[in-house]
Amino acid sequence: MLLIPCPNCGPRDETEFHYGGQAHVPYPENPNELTDTEWSRYLFYRENPKGIFAERWVHSTGCRQWFNMLRDTVSYDIKSVYPMGSKRPDRSPDGAPESGTASTGPDSTTTGSAAPSTSSTSFPSTTAPEGATK
Amino acid sequence: MSTQHLPEHPDFLWRNPEPKSSYDAVIVGGGGHGLATAYFLAKNHGMTNIAVLEKGWLAGGNMARNTTIIRSNYLWDESAAIYEHALKLWEILPEELEYDFLFSQRGVMNLAHTLGDVRESIRRVGANKLNGVDAEWLDPQQVKELCPILNIRDNIRYPVMGATYQPRAGIAKHDHVAWAFARKCDEMGVDIIQNCEVTGFLKDGDRVVGVKTNRGTINTEKVGLCAAGHSSVLAEMAGFQLPIQSHPLQALVSELHEPVHPTVVMSNHVHVYVSQAHKGELVMGAGVDSYNGYGQRGSFHVIEQQMAAAVELFPIFARAHVLRTWGGIVDTTLDASPIVGTTPVENMFVNCGWGTGGFKGTPAAGMTFAHTIATGAPHKLNAPFSLERFETGALIDEHGAAAVAH
Ligand SMILES: Cc1cc2nc3c(=O)[nH]c(=O)nc-3n(C[C@H](O)[C@H](O)[C@H](O)COP(=O)(O)OP(=O)(O)OC[C@H]3O[C@@H](n4cnc5c(N)ncnc54)[C@H](O)[C@@H]3O)c2cc1C
Ligand SMILES: [Zn+2]
Repeated sequence: MLLIPCPNCGPRDETEFHYGGQAHVPYPENPNELTDTEWSRYLFYRENPKGIFAERWVHSTGCRQWFNMLRDTVSYDIKSVYPMGSKRPDRSPDGAPESGTASTGPDSTTTGSAAPSTSSTSFPSTTAPEGATK
Repeated sequence: MSTQHLPEHPDFLWRNPEPKSSYDAVIVGGGGHGLATAYFLAKNHGMTNIAVLEKGWLAGGNMARNTTIIRSNYLWDESAAIYEHALKLWEILPEELEYDFLFSQRGVMNLAHTLGDVRESIRRVGANKLNGVDAEWLDPQQVKELCPILNIRDNIRYPVMGATYQPRAGIAKHDHVAWAFARKCDEMGVDIIQNCEVTGFLKDGDRVVGVKTNRGTINTEKVGLCAAGHSSVLAEMAGFQLPIQSHPLQALVSELHEPVHPTVVMSNHVHVYVSQAHKGELVMGAGVDSYNGYGQRGSFHVIEQQMAAAVELFPIFARAHVLRTWGGIVDTTLDASPIVGTTPVENMFVNCGWGTGGFKGTPAAGMTFAHTIATGAPHKLNAPFSLERFETGALIDEHGAAAVAH
């Protein structure tokens, strides 16, 4: 069971949440102009990384708010929680991964408010609950 | 009553050769699908200078972790055709492979718990019959006669309102299936190479010409991907994307019991499916964990929910113990149907997206994928399961028809 740090309510059991899949998938700006290939990308293709994944969760039985989360899809460690609409905290503004390992990017607690998304709640893997999934 | 004895654990059934520097075709992934593909490449197409590369041990992925349900009662014509072909192959393979993998046609029941379920089930029985798939609709009393330990009282949260039943469906010993294919592959000269992880591909323009592995580079004319949960990772290495999400899927067994459960019972609505293995364990599976995961483990609450459903349906299970739980990584698509066909990379082919239900498809996946690799074009059974369907919109939506598609 994941122990998910809701930005509003604090750490809560995974059973209080619902999963929303990949984060940062905007609705096409000009839907009328999309080709079939582009539509299929928007509808059916999502990233499926083995490693850090930016995903959406909603705290459905708590504050009922959506938020984004960076999670390692192998260890299941939660790396960072940040608001909907803000950029991935482990990517530089041009979208490229920060140098160094993505998992310990600029969102570690020591950098505090220097992180790109200032309100991101950070969970360096060392403080993630041991065996966050059991 | 006595339980059925399993064959002795066999001696080594295949060689462990060093990889050669080149092959006519390389199959990535030594699970059931990779092995079946190699088998049919050699047997039907005479391609024996081929290798199956497996990063771990033979059939240690989903092939070792599934609950072995085999059935073909899918709703849509395309699915019924390929899964029924698989079922017919299951019926002849023990003889053809000269290996008894205990394919037990004890029937599979899919329970209906709501009016919606009832309507969908009766429709599916009709569709199955039109497609030559054996199917029956059972009322609750008939359900009870076939499986006396099922609770059909109407005072439970989701009472049993009936079931579809496919008598020719059943279970088989998954490990033995893999060994049976591996042994025949080896006899025909196929190299099965374990501990050989594919880490990249060599390309000449848009054409694949080789694979990079932790045991060196191997040149090849054709590559077939059979990597199940890792399909996206391999496609990424090759430079294209797949509409796949990888999820943990868990299952568990109890300790050994006297035979109490004569058939296979699945419930899409309460998310549990149960059979009793040949040795006597109760084997149960649930739905996928909601999140993406490559960890071969999921969350415990999924198991808890599955047990709650199982105990309500089978009150005598209340005193059984969970002996072992485990997880695999399943490659799900949005229409719950597989992808078997060509890719944007020339001479590279993909077989994936079987998700939670690909064990039953193993022989047909192997036969059609081998055809696709050998001839460069799909067999008529896998043609509808192309990657292009996500662009053309010709989806094969088995989700509505079988929410838990094992
Ligand atoms: C818990 C569970 C229950 C299930 N129950 C059922 C059921 O009842 N009925 C049913 O029909 N289906 C069921 N399934 C689904 C079924 O197991 C799969 O669809 C099927 O096994 C997938 O094909 P495979 O056997 O080839 O996969 P796998 O056995 O997973 O084979 C893929 C192989 O590729 C290898 N690989 C990955 N990456 C690389 C690389 N880079 N280089 C080399 N090798 C690589 C992996 O190590 C693995 O061995 C279940 C699955 C799970 C997890
Ligand atoms: Zn909350």
